[in-house]
Amino acid sequence: MRRLLILGAGTAGTIAANKLRRMLDADEWDITIVDQRGAHYYQPAFLFIPFGRYRPDKARKKASSFIPEGVTRVQGVIDRVDAEARTVALEDGAELPYDYLIIATGTSPHPEETPGMEDDWHGAVHSFYTFDDAVALRRALAGFTGGRLVVHISEMPIKCPVAPLEFTLLADDFFRRRGLRDKVEITFVTPLSGAFTKPVAAAAFGDMLDSRGIAVEPDFMVESIDPEARTVVSFDEREVPYDLFVTVPVNKGAGFVGRSGLGDELDFVPVDHHTLRHAGHPEIFALGDAAAVPTSKAGAVAHFELDVFPENFVRIIAGEEPQERFDGHATCFIESGGGKAMLIDFNYDTEPLPGMFPVPTVGPLPLLKESRFNHWGKLAFEPIYWSMLLPGHPLPLPAQMSMRGKRVPAKEET
Amino acid sequence: MSTTTLAGREVHVDAEGFLTEYDEWDEELAQQLADQIGVEMTPEHWDVIRFLRADYAETGQTATTRRVNAVGGFPVKKQFALFPKKPGKKMSYIAGLPKPAGCV
Repeated sequence: MRRLLILGAGTAGTIAANKLRRMLDADEWDITIVDQRGAHYYQPAFLFIPFGRYRPDKARKKASSFIPEGVTRVQGVIDRVDAEARTVALEDGAELPYDYLIIATGTSPHPEETPGMEDDWHGAVHSFYTFDDAVALRRALAGFTGGRLVVHISEMPIKCPVAPLEFTLLADDFFRRRGLRDKVEITFVTPLSGAFTKPVAAAAFGDMLDSRGIAVEPDFMVESIDPEARTVVSFDEREVPYDLFVTVPVNKGAGFVGRSGLGDELDFVPVDHHTLRHAGHPEIFALGDAAAVPTSKAGAVAHFELDVFPENFVRIIAGEEPQERFDGHATCFIESGGGKAMLIDFNYDTEPLPGMFPVPTVGPLPLLKESRFNHWGKLAFEPIYWSMLLPGHPLPLPAQMSMRGKRVPAKEET
Repeated sequence: MSTTTLAGREVHVDAEGFLTEYDEWDEELAQQLADQIGVEMTPEHWDVIRFLRADYAETGQTATTRRVNAVGGFPVKKQFALFPKKPGKKMSYIAGLPKPAGCV
């Protein structure tokens, strides 16, 4: 028997287990998946939970329900990969041998990376990137009757890079609906040069924050949080005061990746951008947020990677060269408040452009534009996620980004 | 994408003047790019820029401030002292590499 070991039972690991179990001969291939959590979360819900728009318990299901028959599920915490011996050690002492390894252990927030950030955690300092954080923030927002709300990104890359912007727009909407908007100052603090950094999107949405009375503090590299003074301090000595601070902490890959010598400075796994294969260890691959590739860390990316990866894997185990190329394709809804959302579609080489999606010129979803259709599309996606995407059933979306249906604005428009 | 003349030759740049072709860069050009944004190059500046160039050749991505610290060995405070206010942007501009960007 040949052994494929998948580390992580999140979006990427679960889709991989489902697709590869169908493609690999059960008499020849043993597939094992290590589940570190037991629960599988619908993470897009974390954005809505703080605003009381989503029942928290609905976001959590048993991870084991989505692992197919014929795949062995091992629950445990991963300690280390020995890439020379081709074994993975768990913290409980178990040792799992492999012939091929898929690392799909994602990314997680690390508030302890920023001095002072943890000192008032779930006091005046919050986040919404874990289930517990989203639930705690719901309580904080419900009791917030006025003052300075600061939404903050610590450092790129982060999971779902549009989420902080969505959170800001939804907060504006939330306080408007409660008649409190004139009592709340909202500031968006980002290490990037602005809320939008790609030229066409910046031109389309440049005034979106301004028109809602949201201030932007760009190029802000956080050095520390002062929980006593309630200020966030940058390396160039700017200080932004807050009453409620909602941050996206530094995102890092899994600790075992670094301990095993397989990671970069943030414990993400450097792999070929198109085949997702490790350069030094050709039997190791990284999928989803765990991979150090220059596209968004997002479920859509994991999905598109897994439209391409399984075929390549089958070629590789047959001794052939991988042929399919992952192009960095990502598709993301951006909630903008007021029952509307925007939609963006892009890849490694092409920035988000206007047009229609998924059917060129027909849509029905307009790209790079606010629309009710996009909001409905975002809501409609949840049952598709559980019933189609995780089990690895085909969705009517192209794996590779398509230029059909997109308009490239003339120079003067940008 | 357009071209501009720098150090007496034509080079490809984006809308903000960042070089788009890795191989069109050399240190003479870097000196001019630094002059344009008011950075006076010292041996320490050159060490950072050379690290960024070598790292990009290896990884295909512009090193982040964190990576310049963790792998290059230049503390973030130092990066701010050498390239005030916007080290990420200024370092990549002088090194002729794509600037750090978000997704929209």
